Amino acid sequence: MKQKKKAGKIIFESEKDVPLMPISLGSMLFNKTGAWRNIRPEMNLADCIQCGICWKFCPDVAIFIENEFPVIDYDYCKGCGICAEECPTKCIAMVEERK
Amino acid sequence: MKKVIMGNHALSWGASLSRAQVIAAYPITPQTQVVELLSEMCASGELNAKFIKVESEHSAMAACIAASLAGARTFTATSAHGLTLMHELLHWASYGRLPVVMGNINRALAPGWNIWADQNDSLSQRDTGWIQFYCSSNQEVLDTVIQAFKVSEALLIPSMVILDAFALSHTFEVVHIPDQDKVDSFLPRFNPPIRLTPSDPHAFGGLTSPDHYFEIRYKLQKNMEKVPALIEETGRDYEKLFGRYLGQVEDYRCEDADLILVSSGTAGYTARVAVDELREAGIKAGNLRIKVFRPFPFEKVRQILGRAKKVAVVDRNICYGLHGIFYQEVKSALYGHSDGVPVFGFITGLGGRDITPETFKEIAEAALARDKADEEIIWIGVKK
Repeated sequence: MKQKKKAGKIIFESEKDVPLMPISLGSMLFNKTGAWRNIRPEMNLADCIQCGICWKFCPDVAIFIENEFPVIDYDYCKGCGICAEECPTKCIAMVEERK
Repeated sequence: MKKVIMGNHALSWGASLSRAQVIAAYPITPQTQVVELLSEMCASGELNAKFIKVESEHSAMAACIAASLAGARTFTATSAHGLTLMHELLHWASYGRLPVVMGNINRALAPGWNIWADQNDSLSQRDTGWIQFYCSSNQEVLDTVIQAFKVSEALLIPSMVILDAFALSHTFEVVHIPDQDKVDSFLPRFNPPIRLTPSDPHAFGGLTSPDHYFEIRYKLQKNMEKVPALIEETGRDYEKLFGRYLGQVEDYRCEDADLILVSSGTAGYTARVAVDELREAGIKAGNLRIKVFRPFPFEKVRQILGRAKKVAVVDRNICYGLHGIFYQEVKSALYGHSDGVPVFGFITGLGGRDITPETFKEIAEAALARDKADEEIIWIGVKK
């Protein structure tokens, strides 16, 4: 089995080092929150009417429009299912993650 | 340029001259005209800002928070129930260190429905970590908005600019509208040290364990403690440019006063008329108007009230189960400093009942007739 990378915990010793506002210290480009997902949205683009509702409703901005069709960014999609719920043609299915 | 404008429009002009970049607001009486004028200014192109229509005040503040985090100078305005609906988001703005500036028209809370002046809406938000300015004239409203952006952005703490319903919001006064280029020199573009940007994305407001939450709150308070000195400094800078000084308090004839009235909002102007009339009648009265309620101007209050023989605090608000809210703060400021001075607490004018010079004279008489502050509340004007 692959060894899971251990996340280090940073504890500041002085308030001087603590940021003014709660902010992630590392870049979110590396903190891929899609790992939290239990169910994943899968799109059947054949039924997509390009309305953009999934793009608009995604609370994590994890849906992009590429070549006029929605594309899910699985690095950040947490699998909330709002896109599937809102899709007027029901072309998004929520499927159990198997890792 | 001089214009005859209402208090609501003084807020709009203040935001426009400050070159607010994002305005998200929801209308509520008596604030409505603030955002009406701003939306017109945005529509005509006079003001280069994004005007976001929202479905509630909770959403208005959420939009302001996001825009401020992205580095935009952000303004909104509300009143009474709109403000209380924002309560949760007020913490997000201040704890997130986002210098949003908001106008609030002091209006009573329901039931019964009442759209008139009463300070309980903003005072019930006193522990949310916002700076609070209470204004007494339309000129002061306009000037304070500009100053609020300056102070807020320097220390990354949001500000509320507060004015009385109708007594200011719908009252027309002559207001000097400062030149845009002079305002620009006083208030340069907002350039926050940390911002939301796609090239370097960070998560904001995420889980913060007991290891660090405490220190973040400590830092907010430490910066809050820098506000009084900064208000004095920016007030002097503003005076150099525009001839009007903005400070934490207004001292009216307190120098040799035996009895000092403590007031705020429009009642603070009425009190000056009462002071003049009391002096004509041989009573050495003065008025200390509190312009900044948070952070509370402890030093100024101690310095000015320490000279008095008696102090009468006038509250257009009530903390149920206790007494007037300014009364509480004034007593707390004097504790251990001027303990010998009797401080009397008066409540009057709730729900927009007029506070007139006669009200203040009644207050002065009641204070002069008492030696000790035995009562928690001395009610003025209740139909008993």
